[in-house]
Amino acid sequence: METLMAYVVGILFASAIYMMLRRSIVKLVIGLIILSNAANLLIFAAAGMTRGAPPLIPEGATAPLGPIADPLPQALILTAIVIAFGVLAFAVVLIHRAYEVVGNDDLDQMKDTDT
Amino acid sequence: MIEDNKKIMKTNTLILHTAALFLLPLQLIFSVFLLLRGHDEPGGGFIAGLVASGAFVLYLFAHGVASTRNILRVEPHDLLAMGLLLGLAAMFPGLLYGEPFLTAQWWEFTLAGSEIKLSTVLIFDIGVYFAVLGTILTIVMSLTEAEE
Amino acid sequence: MLYAVLSGFILAMFAPWVQRLAGDRSGWILSLLPLSLAVYFASFLPEVSRGEVIIQQWIWLPGMDINLSFLLDGLSLLFALLISFIGTFIIIYAGSYLKGHKDLGRFFVIMLSFMASMLGLVLSDNLISLFVFWELTSITSYMLIGFDHEDESARKSALQGLFVTVGGGLALMAGLIMLGTLGGSYQISELLNSGDALLTSSLSVGMIVLILIGCFTKSAQFPFHFWLPNAMAAPTPVSAYLHSATMVKAGIYLLARLNPALAEHWLWSASLSLFGAITMFVGAYLAYSATDVKKVLAYSTVMALGTLTVLIGIGTQYALIAFASFLLAHSMYKAALFMIAGVIDHEAGTKDLTRLGGLHKAMPVTAIAALIAALSLAGLPPLFGFIAKEALFEAVLSTELYSNLLLILALLSAMLVTAIAAVIAIKPFYGELKTTPKAPHEGPLGMLAGPVVLASLSLLFGLMPFLPDSGILTATVNSISSEPFDFYLALWHGFNLPLLLSVISLLGGIALYHFWSGNRQHIGTLTRQLSRFGPEAGYFKFMDGIVFSADWQTRVLQNGKMGNYMIVMIMTTVILVGYTLLSQYGFRLTLQASDVAFYEWAIALLMVVSVLYAIQTRSRLGAVASMGVLGFTVALIFIHFSAPDLGITQVLVETLTVILLVLVLFKLPGFSRYSTRFEVIRDASVAISMGVLMTLLLLAAIDTQYFETISAFFLEASYPEAKGRNIVNVILVDFRALDTLGEIFVLAIAALGVYSMLKLRAEKNS
Repeated sequence: METLMAYVVGILFASAIYMMLRRSIVKLVIGLIILSNAANLLIFAAAGMTRGAPPLIPEGATAPLGPIADPLPQALILTAIVIAFGVLAFAVVLIHRAYEVVGNDDLDQMKDTDT
Repeated sequence: MIEDNKKIMKTNTLILHTAALFLLPLQLIFSVFLLLRGHDEPGGGFIAGLVASGAFVLYLFAHGVASTRNILRVEPHDLLAMGLLLGLAAMFPGLLYGEPFLTAQWWEFTLAGSEIKLSTVLIFDIGVYFAVLGTILTIVMSLTEAEE
Repeated sequence: MLYAVLSGFILAMFAPWVQRLAGDRSGWILSLLPLSLAVYFASFLPEVSRGEVIIQQWIWLPGMDINLSFLLDGLSLLFALLISFIGTFIIIYAGSYLKGHKDLGRFFVIMLSFMASMLGLVLSDNLISLFVFWELTSITSYMLIGFDHEDESARKSALQGLFVTVGGGLALMAGLIMLGTLGGSYQISELLNSGDALLTSSLSVGMIVLILIGCFTKSAQFPFHFWLPNAMAAPTPVSAYLHSATMVKAGIYLLARLNPALAEHWLWSASLSLFGAITMFVGAYLAYSATDVKKVLAYSTVMALGTLTVLIGIGTQYALIAFASFLLAHSMYKAALFMIAGVIDHEAGTKDLTRLGGLHKAMPVTAIAALIAALSLAGLPPLFGFIAKEALFEAVLSTELYSNLLLILALLSAMLVTAIAAVIAIKPFYGELKTTPKAPHEGPLGMLAGPVVLASLSLLFGLMPFLPDSGILTATVNSISSEPFDFYLALWHGFNLPLLLSVISLLGGIALYHFWSGNRQHIGTLTRQLSRFGPEAGYFKFMDGIVFSADWQTRVLQNGKMGNYMIVMIMTTVILVGYTLLSQYGFRLTLQASDVAFYEWAIALLMVVSVLYAIQTRSRLGAVASMGVLGFTVALIFIHFSAPDLGITQVLVETLTVILLVLVLFKLPGFSRYSTRFEVIRDASVAISMGVLMTLLLLAAIDTQYFETISAFFLEASYPEAKGRNIVNVILVDFRALDTLGEIFVLAIAALGVYSMLKLRAEKNS
């Protein structure tokens, strides 16, 4: 499954970069969303994917009974998901403000810092 | 496209209106449940905070910003500040016991026959809960206010 | 010793208040600190002169072998004594010299911090803390040189000094780290005994070059000597302090300190002898050609620094004896002469030697002090300078490397210096009385104390050489040399070759002195012509080059187009990471699909389809919907592959994302197409190369495992130590709580950013 995910992640990264390189700022937002999903999946797949063994310790035991999924990347991704949302919200509002001020959605026209 | 937008914002149907009213307390209770069990079962501050903000956002869409602000009673960014402060507060007790900064402290006692576990970890998780709730409500409420 | 170093910094904090309260007497009061430090260090004299080494250590960053440790042996004690003893007089002198200056309080702050940094530098036993103090002296001396910050030339000189010394500091840092790595320790006391590992390594040449660049820039060795005379823009007390006993001697100190460990390397002695000799001669010549008293003294300092470097380079017993005596002699007479130059400037109104004359009646004490100090500079008996010069000639005669060249340069320099000494001692004070901008009169007590005491010491040590000898110099020499030995200094060695050379240099010097006033014009023209090709011209070219290239790269790289920035960043990543990946791991494309169930294929396919739809659609609603599909399929992956917390979080966030997009995105215009066909192809190739890189990287990461995962600890400790069964949550709120705290702060910042952006607009509109 990890090798399959490697190809999916590659396609996701390529699509995200392509969208972020567009001059239309609205497409930049879509690129950002794809990028954060791609990054999360990258970490998830790199650590190895296990079916049906969540990193929980059963009641009464002090340690996991059998092999379970690696909890560390999950902790990393969990915060990454929430932060990606915060960053996305920030970016979307920033883009909206920029559009209102510049009056143009072409990124190449947003070159000056003083408008 | 602008019509889509308006449709979503203004669909004040009776069902949504009433459902939001009843769903809000249920969702909030569920979020507290998720928060408290988070240390042992799936859940925790992040998830519970998201569930709680989902509850308020639903209410917001049904009843508008003013009404949401009314039942919240505090500004959403105050919730955010409270979350950060709780997170910070959880760091210091370790120092009092002569252990490194941030070391978790546990206070266990029995109350009315059941064992109660209090800890700085729980305080920290509650801080995360309020920080997430505050963040999302700040963003969504500012956006809807800007809309109006 | 820690408190000895810190006390200077602490007093510096309170210096402005002391200055405000004590007014004109502040110099005297503040000088109590360096004086008591001098007494404190002097109390170590008996122990150190017996050859004991005192090491005190405070743990600082044990994990990186960085400690705040101090080492007191002969060499560092000699420096510490010079710094604190001369510092005492400098502070007194400054209180008087800058009397009524509006920034006197600030001056004391910087001066005391500088003194403390300098003490820290010479006492450090750790390479890293030595480097920190080294840089502190660069910064504080920058502020001291540019003290008259309203004067443009002072600012420029200060910046030049900073550029040269800090630039060298960078090289030194690299050199010291190499030294620490090769020697296996950052403790100097351990490094000195580390044996041949330092010298036989293939990196040792690079290490020595880097360390030498650091020391040469600091100690104004050719070709970096130009910053030192320019630093004369500083007020005189600063020049007197920085250029006699402290700042410029820091490089010399480090050379001497590392000498036992590196002396055996061919590059060390060869380059020290060569560059030192050139510096010695260039400094002497330039001193002879200048007319400003302070410039003359500055160039003669360059000459002295060159001499000291040569002596370390020669490295024989005689040379090290000469080094220690010359260091002591120079610090005393040079500080005295600088202070005298300041007195003349202060009381007569000019420092131009050609406009001064006949002052000895108005300033008798100054004249006598100047005469004694200058005699020591010229190296005449019975001054201590004579003993140092004899030792110098003896050292040059004892060497084998470049012996003829060194002898000639040393003799020429000695002649020139004799002439300069005569010029300084005679021109301002004797001959016909010239009218000066101010009516000349004797300087105040505070300004005379330093020159008189230091000049008298030169005389005392000359007459009784066993005092400095048994007191400190033997210990100093023993801490620089790799083998211990005993010696004694004497004023009279009998008729021998060094004495003959002294006589020759004296006669030559007298001849050159007569030549001095007659040929000002020619010497000035010659120097100007030469300086067009000198290193300072190179420095200015270099600075222009920096400005030019900054301008160029701003125009080219920072052109305001985000797409270009991204392409540069992505392609850099792709090329660097891709190269490493292909060269270390190779190109391997594998697909193990045997374990993939049918519905897992379907999920993967759904993801790909939704993304591909999003990038080509022209409908925003379609794009947002496909983002929703992507988000929920990712959530499915998380849930299916044992990450329930992630799945729940992803679903919740996905819902909120859609709401967010609906709230904002539809207020923006639709998907516009601006790109030309060429741009589309270019962007697509950049994007695809990044995608291919990530795929290859992930395949490699799945295939190889270099380190044992640290998760085993979390699995074991989660319940017994952190009392939690949900390991993901335990990591978030307990094991890695500091990270999580940082993350909720990031969330808060994002939320406040959104809030302020929207709030700001609302206020503008209303």
